Amino acid sequence: MRKKILKLLEKNAKLTAKEIAVMLALPVDRVTKEIADMEQEKIILRYQTLINWERTDEQKVSALIDVKVTPQQDVGFDDIANRIYRYDEVTSVFLISGAYDLSVLVEGKSLKEVASFVSQKLSTLEHVQSTRTHFILKKYKQDGVIFEDREADRRQVLHP
Amino acid sequence: MTIFKAQNFINEKVKNLPPSGIRRFFDLVANTKGVISLGVGEPDFVTPWHIREACVQSLEKGYTMYTSNYGMPELREYIAYYLKNRFNLNYDPEKQIMVTVGASEAIDLALRTLISKGDEVLIPEPCYVSYKPITKLTGGVPVTVSTSMKDNFALTADHLEKYITPKSKVLILSYPNNPTGAVLPKEEMEKIASLVIKYNLVVISDEIYNELRYDGPPLSFASLPGLQDRTILINGFSKAFAMTGWRVGYVAAHPDFLAAMLKIHQYTILCAPVMAQMAALEALKNCHLDVERMAEQYNQRRRYVYSRLLEMGLECFEPKGAFYIFPSIEVTGLSSVDFAEELLKEEKVAVVPGNAFGKSGEGFIRCSYAASMNELTEAMNRMERFVVKRLNLNSRAAAQA
Repeated sequence: MRKKILKLLEKNAKLTAKEIAVMLALPVDRVTKEIADMEQEKIILRYQTLINWERTDEQKVSALIDVKVTPQQDVGFDDIANRIYRYDEVTSVFLISGAYDLSVLVEGKSLKEVASFVSQKLSTLEHVQSTRTHFILKKYKQDGVIFEDREADRRQVLHP
Repeated sequence: MTIFKAQNFINEKVKNLPPSGIRRFFDLVANTKGVISLGVGEPDFVTPWHIREACVQSLEKGYTMYTSNYGMPELREYIAYYLKNRFNLNYDPEKQIMVTVGASEAIDLALRTLISKGDEVLIPEPCYVSYKPITKLTGGVPVTVSTSMKDNFALTADHLEKYITPKSKVLILSYPNNPTGAVLPKEEMEKIASLVIKYNLVVISDEIYNELRYDGPPLSFASLPGLQDRTILINGFSKAFAMTGWRVGYVAAHPDFLAAMLKIHQYTILCAPVMAQMAALEALKNCHLDVERMAEQYNQRRRYVYSRLLEMGLECFEPKGAFYIFPSIEVTGLSSVDFAEELLKEEKVAVVPGNAFGKSGEGFIRCSYAASMNELTEAMNRMERFVVKRLNLNSRAAAQA
């Protein structure tokens, strides 16, 4: 049941407990309680809005940065990851397999701002061996949503 | 010199077919801007990507020719496998299954194959709009068997028996039903099956919505004991797989019926398009999760729309299949057509007047919930505003009187 509630909320956080209850044929107070519990248990972290910033006047630059680090005894990658994700400029941090260790998403107002964050803050951290910065040129799809979906509703009027 | 009049050349039966009574309404829909349409009888999902890709790949490989009249052998095998798996039905893919241009063609073939002049065809109503006209074109006599909300719009054996005469030959069953969303409970199916055997009838079972059933696993009429030979089973890919525009359906039947239907099919159609058959093959091979995903979403929307319609004060049967809901609009005091037209003009929501699906559909409207939750929410808000306004007007009028 939790999975079904989460799947609905993941797509549309504006659904009310009542709407969810109707859609899943569950009692409302049950849904309300489960959602509250999942908020308590940090399963639901926050209700977010997916925004296509390119459609606004807001200037935003983001970059994916591959970071190679030296793991430390006992704490492995966690300590250095912590040092990285504390920065406000950093929006996501993933530990990854392959040629690099951490994949870091950085957002800034300009190319210069992001570049200086990488060169002055990120690459100078202790245990960071190297970085490789990829600026994001265009977002096609994020969190399951296609930004400029060309597959609009094409159904035509058909006499039944 | 004789003046040429095209009208004089048109076949009498075609001339006498009544034009769609709601054409005017649909023209109105097409010409109004900003309409949320709950009037469309097809999924709002686009065909799953891997099905589309299978078609593209088949084109790249050069599959552009005719197929066997029956349809691609591999597709027929998969259809047989599906029918076995889903309903425990055994059909010989070589002699008992044919791929058609949509389930619509299969309905036409079945009726043309079975009906001679004067044969009576039992048609439960409200129902899909094509059964009656095709019956008339074949020279058959459509016999309407009305169903009602009190029976959950399901045909009952008791009621059906009253309409059976020595001329009765064919019974058309289409459950889950368009436009009501009704299904046939197993016990009632069994009682109807006994009548079919008792009166020596053949059933055309249009099971196009069978995968969209919300009260349990689907059931095929052909799977009832002793009924497989007497049933022409029709299904297709349009609804469950969101493949309306591909026009692929199929028919499974007794070898003699199939051989007869094949004759008409080969002279009129030759075969279903190969690219669409390629896509259908991919659908049957790898698509059951997509079907489940879509069915789950329809189910959620169904519950939502049902609860909203009740809340706004419309009496409504809870649909158990397809993606339609068929509320009664009697409390508003409006006819089906007036309700639909006024709702369209005032609130820009399109629904289909119930009488489009037969006389017993008067007093109802068909809403399709094959629309996104956002659209459904907005459509229900608008419809609620409309209904509440009408109810208030009515109670004021009653108070004055």
